[in-house]
Parts: sequence; C-alpha cells; structure tokens
Amino acid sequence: MYVDRDFALGLDLDPIPIEVERGRLRLFAKAIGETNPVYFDLDAARAAGYPDLPAPPSFLGNAVELEIPEPLYWMSAVGIDITSTLHGGQKMVYHEMVFAGDSLMLHRSIVDVYVKKAGALEFVVKKTEIMRGDTLVVEAFCNIAVLHPEAGK
Amino acid sequence: MTTTEVTQDLAPGTELPPLEIGPITRRTLALFAGGSGDHQPVHVDIDAARERGREDVIAHGMISMAYLGRYLAGLIPQERLRSFDVRFAAVTPVLARPICSGSVRSIEQGVATLDLKVALADGTVTVTGTATVAV
Repeated sequence: MYVDRDFALGLDLDPIPIEVERGRLRLFAKAIGETNPVYFDLDAARAAGYPDLPAPPSFLGNAVELEIPEPLYWMSAVGIDITSTLHGGQKMVYHEMVFAGDSLMLHRSIVDVYVKKAGALEFVVKKTEIMRGDTLVVEAFCNIAVLHPEAGK
Repeated sequence: MTTTEVTQDLAPGTELPPLEIGPITRRTLALFAGGSGDHQPVHVDIDAARERGREDVIAHGMISMAYLGRYLAGLIPQERLRSFDVRFAAVTPVLARPICSGSVRSIEQGVATLDLKVALADGTVTVTGTATVAV
C-alpha cells in the first residue's frame, strides 16, 4: 500500500514540548566519545561564550521525538507498515544554537512523498520545526524509506 | 576550545583530517540509546534482533550522524554550522570502527560546502553527507 500524498501532507500532528537537559547532553556526548569539553563541562562551555552546554549538531534529529506515546503514529496514520521502513536520511538546518535549559516546541508535518525505482522504494519526508518561543531555531527533515518489494515483480 | 580547520583560504578538493572512532560496542549503543532517545530494541537487545532475523544488534543510523557531528564540531566552532545533511547507505554492525572523513567541495560567498563520509575498516561506506559552514 502506498501513501496517499494529499492525505499525508494534510495530516495534523500534535506539537511536542521538550526540555533540553544538561545530563542528557552529557550522556549524548559520552556515548559518541566526544572529547571537546564544551559539550560536557559547563565552565568550558561558558569560556567558549555559550550560556550553557550546547546541543550537539544531530541531537535534535528525530530521536528526541521517539519518547512520546505512540511516536510512530505519523507513519501508521498514513498507512505505512513500519516493519518495512528504513531511516533513509536526515537533514538539519540551523538558525540558532540550542543549549541546556532551553524549552522547545517541536512542530511536525509530512512535507513530501515520492517514489523511486519503479515504486520499489517510497520516500516520506517529515519536517520538524523546532521553536524556542516565537523563534525558529532548527529545522529537521527525517527521510523514511518504505520498501515495496512487491513492486516490479 | 575553538578549533578552526575550515577557512576561506582552503581550495576545493582539500581533504580534511579524518576522525577515527573506536569500536562501537554494545555499551556504546546502550549509552547512545539513552542519550539520543532512540530505544528501539534492534540496537540494544540481541534477542529482539534475532527475532527479526539479524545475527546481532546493529548500530543506530543516527550514531553515525552524531559521529559526523562530532567531526564537524572538531573542525569548526558549532555556531558556524548552517546545515548538515546525511544519507544512510549501509548498516553499521556492532564492533565496527567507523572513520569520519571530509573534503571541501566549494567555498562561495563566505559559505563552505563540505562533503562528508563515514566508512568502515573494510571500505563499506555507511553514510554520505554534506554540511555548509560559514567561513
């Protein structure tokens, strides 16, 4: 089953509030072997001119959205079989840096649906606008590939 | 710490110093699950991975993007980063040792476009990407 493009582009998704926590950022930095102290040491971050620990470049990629109940609703709601999906790509556009202590609101929508390889691969692109108050700080684009092995057979 | 390896004086094609990542252990994946918020069992639960027909857990795609993010943040202060785009090309098995590398594609009007790559020791390219940075 393929996604109904018009329905997907019109799908309403609830915004997600998130708090950026120091401890969480330190754990992220530890997990990836970060050695630059601005990412885990508050004094180093402030010496670099930052108000607090910065969120690393990919931190606001799609995973912070996975902690809500039914995080994959945006896919199931448009008929995607989530067992046939791959994370195809991820894009971030930065307007302002995000720091520990920030309260953010994530506004999600599906912005594109297209097929490739004669229908064997379908791509669904979710855009998340990450707001701090009225300021757009980061845009995140999550590209999910839906496999259709039945196509072309 | 404000390292700046990318300046407007670099010529297109300039290779940037690579970053070697230690082996991605199961512990690495457990820490990344907590740090990133991606708790999907295929990354941390070998029983669940086997139920899905895999021999073992696999690394999160997003950990490779995070390694490239660490690489970028070692090349330039993060506030210079304007955009960062990756495509996931192949699965990263547990215990893999990725290498992040990059080169300058172009520098125009104060913005450098960098080509980025994550490859494994056997040459498998797992992630390709681009970033734009202010120079």
